[in-house]
Amino acid sequence: MSILINKESRIVTQGITGNTGEFHTTQCLDYAFGRDCFVAGVTPGKAGQTVQGVPVLNTVAEAKEQHGVNASVIYVPPRFAAAAIDEAVDAELDLVICITEGIPVADMIKTRDRMRKMGSKTILVGPNCPGVITPEEVKIGIMPGYIHKKGSIGVVSRSGTLTYEAVHQLTQLGMGQSTCVGIGGDPVNGMKHIDVLKMFNDDPETEAVVMCGEIGGTDEEECAAWIKDNMTKPVAGFIAGVTAPPGKRMGHAGAIISGGQGTAQSKIDALRDAGVHVTVNPSEMGTTLQAALKA
Amino acid sequence: MNVHEYQGKEILRKYGVTTPRGIPCFSVDEAMAAAEELGGNVWVVKAQIHAGGRGKGGGVKVATNKEQLREYADAILGMQLVTPQTGPEGKLVNRLYIEEGADIADELYVGALVDRETQKVVLMCSSEGGMDIEEVAEATPEKILKIFVDPTTGLDRAEAKDVCAKIGIPDVAIEEGADFLEGLYQAFVASDASLAEINPLVVTGDNRVVALDAKFNIDSNALYRQEEIVAYRDLTEEDANEIEASKWGLSYISLDGNIGCLVNGAGLAMATMDIIQLYGGEPANFLDVGGGANKEQVTEAFKIMLANPKVEGILVNIFGGIMQCDVIAEGIVAAAKEVGLSVPLVVRLEGTNVKQGRAILDQSDVKLQTATTMADAAEKIAAAVKA
Repeated sequence: MSILINKESRIVTQGITGNTGEFHTTQCLDYAFGRDCFVAGVTPGKAGQTVQGVPVLNTVAEAKEQHGVNASVIYVPPRFAAAAIDEAVDAELDLVICITEGIPVADMIKTRDRMRKMGSKTILVGPNCPGVITPEEVKIGIMPGYIHKKGSIGVVSRSGTLTYEAVHQLTQLGMGQSTCVGIGGDPVNGMKHIDVLKMFNDDPETEAVVMCGEIGGTDEEECAAWIKDNMTKPVAGFIAGVTAPPGKRMGHAGAIISGGQGTAQSKIDALRDAGVHVTVNPSEMGTTLQAALKA
Repeated sequence: MNVHEYQGKEILRKYGVTTPRGIPCFSVDEAMAAAEELGGNVWVVKAQIHAGGRGKGGGVKVATNKEQLREYADAILGMQLVTPQTGPEGKLVNRLYIEEGADIADELYVGALVDRETQKVVLMCSSEGGMDIEEVAEATPEKILKIFVDPTTGLDRAEAKDVCAKIGIPDVAIEEGADFLEGLYQAFVASDASLAEINPLVVTGDNRVVALDAKFNIDSNALYRQEEIVAYRDLTEEDANEIEASKWGLSYISLDGNIGCLVNGAGLAMATMDIIQLYGGEPANFLDVGGGANKEQVTEAFKIMLANPKVEGILVNIFGGIMQCDVIAEGIVAAAKEVGLSVPLVVRLEGTNVKQGRAILDQSDVKLQTATTMADAAEKIAAAVKA
């Protein structure tokens, strides 16, 4: 089992005819059941073409109607990406994964507000994220597929390569993953740690979870409060940015300590208080989870 | 991106927010002419730098005659202004803002920013103006009132008036106070701001509501549609290395330590800084080379790190995904040769094409140590720098 995606998912790539969209769709097609899962692409005005054998349509609604897609992945350039999310939401897809980095925050505020007001049931992952993978079934995003292994550990993270590091450590220790979710590093986004943790908690095949957080915002603190009262499975955690000075934006738009909030220490303290096995050594994310499982 | 106070006030005035009249100046003569043009007999001489706390460092002075004005302008212009936000080295003052004096009856606070939890713009309002708002939030959080603005319907006028009354705006000025908040919200949205802070917002003796200061941060992702604000950019206020890095698509931030680090991905870059410290070293920078760095970018990254005289060693930590370890390895070898690397170098490669990458490093004549894990890498570079 898994969360969010599996080999039954039917996916449309928005922005498939761009370089990035085509490159990553090719990688995803070549991973596990990718050929079954990636059934359509969308680029307005380019219907009729094919990319790597995948038919291109003008709209997401057409992709849903003609190919039965229930999920989309977005590689559209930043200035058009929020509108691409809106389109997928209007088509009432179950899941939208937005990889695009650099979307203006004001655009995301409008898009999220729109989703709330229309009572949308679409789940948004990202933007500015590596995507989601259910190992040995389907990969939707830009992560290197081969480091993953099927198993029972859930992984959730705000960062891309740090997630790969965590996954690699798990795989090296023989611990496969149920699903790995990159929620992205932007201040206004879709799923947060807490939403993913709830799903992992309800997933019978997920035995334990690794969560990687970073400085900025209070998502990890809110997640910790939920874990304390609800989580029935072991969680290992790491928070990046202990050494980051306040007021400096560390690459991600959301990774900034401001107004005295969002320090690594406050997150570490909150998670520890909730019973999460937090390591301060990013080389020990895998072994920390291993120890948590034995505890 | 940050802008100066006087630029922030220009933005505010476009949306109907009242500010004192003022003129930006680059010399003492210009300052004298500005005072002449403004008229009156009280002027405020304000250093224009991208940092708060200017008053505490002696960068804001009130002059009550022309001699005083000349004296203050001369003293502040060209000074190395140290404030709690500049660090001990301070910032060189290149610009002044000469403003008419204000008759202050009460000092209040209002700030606009994006609230991540509600995903709305929030206006934070307080009766405690002129203070460090973080201290107010810490000591007396009940003195900060928040208005969450609906992105579709905008600021609720009744709520705005209610909050204005609660922070101490007198009854006669409530409508003007609500207009002020409305203007601030409009300015925030129209300029793609990530922060707009008015501290203090003042009520004058004749019950006007005026922005005495203005601090704006602009969302850099939105600069493509903010032509006028891009023109405000003052490169002299920014770190030269950070500017150079951004030209090459690198995200670089100077820190105080002695170990340079080059990493792909922001989260992993922070984690690398953390592990350096965990093993007894101090990171000299944050440097994210992004998802698809090429040989030229790696070479530039080395040059930028080595331009920092404090750097005594370099740690490269790459987890190849899209980025291939062999391409990075070639870049490292080429960069080390081109820049004539003279400090210890530790390289940790993992991920796509890692075997080919490690082979390239092993076969090169560049003096470096390879590492298998992040811990191994951090331990090696910390030891090499101490040696």
